[in-house]
Amino acid sequence: MTQDYNFAYLDEQTKRMIRRAILKGLAVPGYQVPFASREMPMPYGWGTGGVQVSASILTPEDTMKVIDQGADDTTNAVSIRKFFEKTAGVATSEETSKADVIQTRHRIPEQDLREDQILVYQVPIPEPLRFLEPRETETRKMHALEEYGLMHVKLYEDISKNGAISTSYAYPVKVEGRYVMDPSPIPKFDNPKLEMAAVQLFGAGREQRIYALPPYTRVVSLDFEDYPFEPSKADHACDLCGSDTSYLDEVIMDDAGGRMFVCSDTDFCRSRRAAGHVGAQGVPFEEDAA
Amino acid sequence: MQSTALTGGFAKAPQDAARAFRAVMNVMARPGLIETLTGAKPPAPLSDAAGTLALTLLDGSTPVHLAGALDCKDVRDWITFHTGAPFTGREHCAFAFGLWSDLLPLAGYPIGNPEYPDRGATLVVEMPALTASGVTLSGPGIKDAAALNLPDRAAFRANAMQFPLGLDFFFTSENRIAALPRSTKVEAA
Repeated sequence: MTQDYNFAYLDEQTKRMIRRAILKGLAVPGYQVPFASREMPMPYGWGTGGVQVSASILTPEDTMKVIDQGADDTTNAVSIRKFFEKTAGVATSEETSKADVIQTRHRIPEQDLREDQILVYQVPIPEPLRFLEPRETETRKMHALEEYGLMHVKLYEDISKNGAISTSYAYPVKVEGRYVMDPSPIPKFDNPKLEMAAVQLFGAGREQRIYALPPYTRVVSLDFEDYPFEPSKADHACDLCGSDTSYLDEVIMDDAGGRMFVCSDTDFCRSRRAAGHVGAQGVPFEEDAA
Repeated sequence: MQSTALTGGFAKAPQDAARAFRAVMNVMARPGLIETLTGAKPPAPLSDAAGTLALTLLDGSTPVHLAGALDCKDVRDWITFHTGAPFTGREHCAFAFGLWSDLLPLAGYPIGNPEYPDRGATLVVEMPALTASGVTLSGPGIKDAAALNLPDRAAFRANAMQFPLGLDFFFTSENRIAALPRSTKVEAA
């Protein structure tokens, strides 16, 4: 590690401010705590909120994993992983089970997380009511008064137009029966996993909000009695590892309509293939292949 | 005299504060959990855990209230030198430190407002000992049930009734720390 940066990039005053916001977020689960987001050496929209939260919670002994839509090897994930290798000197891993801190963009890992792990989300728009009511003064009042009728109207209009709730990602949830929260743009397939053993922290850099879910917090996806919430995924098995329970990405293969479905969680897929599972279009796993 | 104020800080502030915050965050995320918190050596009567918590979270933007015997020159000088936090009465504080009996009554502390519940104060209660027994706790962060030797029941039940407003508590004893956020349900006597 070079000593050119303060540990984990941010100055100590900034980290204290973010740490205080994280503690209040944990004390009031689902409530968006305002914080003074800093300029980071990456543009807004590239995970500056998640990066600031991660920088404030990392310890020198941690192993970090970064995923973007489930993948460890995409630009966003690679650059953030390198950022923390350089500025915090922490170990990194692509294996979910080896990570102490996992920063994620838009997915929850397939493998269940443990009590000693921390999941940090990158959040673009933290306010679940924002597309229904653009004024911050009004949405703040709506949260204060627990006035969430508008959100149910939105879901109802989905049903009356499309015959089903068509929201498929960033599906709103209610936390401990009080705050309606945006779980960040994870697919609704991941919503049931929000009740987990690990601490979950959400950071929105541009919008300057931090919120949190302590372990085992009750998180309920909004729905109606006659139109219950349904987590959904592509009705297919992974073409590489054969898993029929994991969330899938559809990959276009050619101009003739050829396609394949593969696990969005690359570490989950790799470990299944390493264990000998082979999908319809897969080949037996070889170390360092592909 | 002067020397107690200048010594006892973090040896390597970024790394020590990061490790300390991990313990602080873990106890706040899991009410009732007791963790070890070390790094700072504050002057008596402030405990090591409370002193480490102070260095981890306090700075010029966090007004501090010291209650009872903690409101002494040694502790004031130490907090001022290491954190720069201003001192204030209970009604304007972000953090308060003291024995349970000295911190009472809870009515005077800021509890936030409906639009900004995060503006409620954090109270650091110095305890003779911490044990995972006594009052049963449930709520966010607790799988089935947890237990902690709280100094009171009714006061914490009343605090939880105000959710999402209210106070959040840390309990410190020597080098150990536990927490009770306002979201935790405290069993009736």
